[in-house]
Amino acid sequence: MKPLLTVRNLSVTYPTRTGIVEAVRGISFELGRERLGIVGESGSGKSQTGRAIMGLTPPPGIVRADTLSFSGIDLTQAGPAAWRDMRGSRMAMILQDPKFSLNPVMTIGRQITETLRRHENVTKREARRRALEMLEAVQITDPERVFGLYPFEVSGGMGQRAMIAMMLVCGPELLIADEPTSALDVTVQLEVLGILDRLVRDNGMGLIFISHDLRLVSSFCDRVLVMYAGRIVEELATADLSSAKHPYTQGLLDCTPRIGESRHPLPVLERQKEWAA
Amino acid sequence: MTAIEASKPARRRRARGLAVNFGRFAIMLATTVLGLLAVTFFIGRVVPIDPVLAIVGDRAPAAVVERVREQMGFNLPLWQQFVVYLRQALTGDFGVSVLTTNPVMDDILRVFPATLELATVGTLIGAGLGVPLGVVAAVRRGSIADQIARVIGLIGYSVPIFWLALLSLLLFYAKLKWVAYPGRLDVAYEYTFTPITGLYLVDAAWTRQWDVLWDAFRHIILPGALLGYFSLAYISRMTRSFMLNELGQEYVVAARAKGLSEGRIVWFHALRNAAVPLVTVIALSYAGLLEGAVLTETVFSWPGIGLYITNSLQNADMNAVLGGTIVIGSVFIAINLFSDLLYRLLDPRTRAR
Repeated sequence: MKPLLTVRNLSVTYPTRTGIVEAVRGISFELGRERLGIVGESGSGKSQTGRAIMGLTPPPGIVRADTLSFSGIDLTQAGPAAWRDMRGSRMAMILQDPKFSLNPVMTIGRQITETLRRHENVTKREARRRALEMLEAVQITDPERVFGLYPFEVSGGMGQRAMIAMMLVCGPELLIADEPTSALDVTVQLEVLGILDRLVRDNGMGLIFISHDLRLVSSFCDRVLVMYAGRIVEELATADLSSAKHPYTQGLLDCTPRIGESRHPLPVLERQKEWAA
Repeated sequence: MTAIEASKPARRRRARGLAVNFGRFAIMLATTVLGLLAVTFFIGRVVPIDPVLAIVGDRAPAAVVERVREQMGFNLPLWQQFVVYLRQALTGDFGVSVLTTNPVMDDILRVFPATLELATVGTLIGAGLGVPLGVVAAVRRGSIADQIARVIGLIGYSVPIFWLALLSLLLFYAKLKWVAYPGRLDVAYEYTFTPITGLYLVDAAWTRQWDVLWDAFRHIILPGALLGYFSLAYISRMTRSFMLNELGQEYVVAARAKGLSEGRIVWFHALRNAAVPLVTVIALSYAGLLEGAVLTETVFSWPGIGLYITNSLQNADMNAVLGGTIVIGSVFIAINLFSDLLYRLLDPRTRAR
């Protein structure tokens, strides 16, 4: 089967006053209709990778790739209008904190129907019906009420569900979730992840799950890419996580505390210069 | 969170919040107006102008002076004088102008519409052009368009307005003959046209006197454009900074991820959020123009409240000055309250509490 997304030698660079900053330095991977996790610390380029795939690299960033193809479409040749038509309808992205990523002066319902009406020729009533359906699909018990609420009137978990509804209402094939649960409470995290998991499975979407939480990613994804300083340093199935070869991954795994074991002090990651080479 | 809030519909909660706000507005209004009146009263007692002498003249016999002083209530204790003053001011009685011999209120009702009309035209021009200019400057930050907007703004608030006014009169009236001469109407209309509200543009349109409307327009457009330019300078800079702030927000990224066009993101999502603080800026600039742009009114012989108060001040006509001050202060308060209300309407977050 052809992969949904093929990335070959992708790089993202930013020209600055003090020289060129390489945020992503030539990474390659493929994604089928599966759940792929990308983990890495702040500044490792994981978010930049997600944004580059969406065509959302902010200027003056430059994206280069030998291949960047999404279900047969060559994204390196896509113009801004073509990108726009794909975003929201065929590929979508969930951001970190619903407190900031939802427009504060628009009701939740309106923000969901906006996605629909942008990409599909639907009547107002039809859009409303589908938005309510979508709110129900993200397990909001009283969609009618939430539809008319403003983002500040709902909790973080509720807001993130609204965000998921807004991004999935057109049924995209690829979803990029950029730290979707980092801003949420631990208990709410699991709920939101559960909802995300079910929707991804049911609709046969490809998911790129970007996180700094290796444990979360390994419990949720089929495969993990570990990024460090703009490169992929390790790629493995989550089942094989314990047999990670790269010292960075091993170091990360080693730092996690385990229940029933007292290790004082916890080992600390010791960075080696050659990892970033 | 669901069970408790579900029993109390959000709409009703918002309505009650609005009612509470109105109550708060009323109290705020009352205290501010009281403060304004206290200040003007105080000024009236402190200035070294004896209102009795201003009426009877400095050659009147002492007995007459004393009688008039009693008639005007200046022999009463200060707090009683303040109560009388309050009662008079609240019924719109600011006394008689020494200069025009009319009741001050009548004078103000005549001159204030002129200022109101000019300030409204100025603000419409200033906001109508300043907001788009600021938005474009923010979207194309660092481009030629941004630089041009910056220069336009810089000139707007650094060049003295009377100088610009004189030059533009020279160019557009004397040389090009595009606009009419200073004043509100041509002499030909001044005696045939009876204003209703005092806003000539409105009155002329209302009574369908199209020739008068056109004439009034030709008179107001140049001073209006100048005041507009003056407020545009400020409004466009503020719009630019508010928009830059909004365009850096995460919801803009989310809107892009939804596939919305840049136009919709900028003019709908971001501007709608920037509009919240912008309302205050525009309202303050409007209130500033309503105080009477004395320089502009002088150059264009515009019989507005700025000119009226300045004249009164130069002739020690305290009733007129204080009356004018109270009116301007009240207008300022009213505009502030109105912008507050608009702010609440635009920002759902301020409505809830």
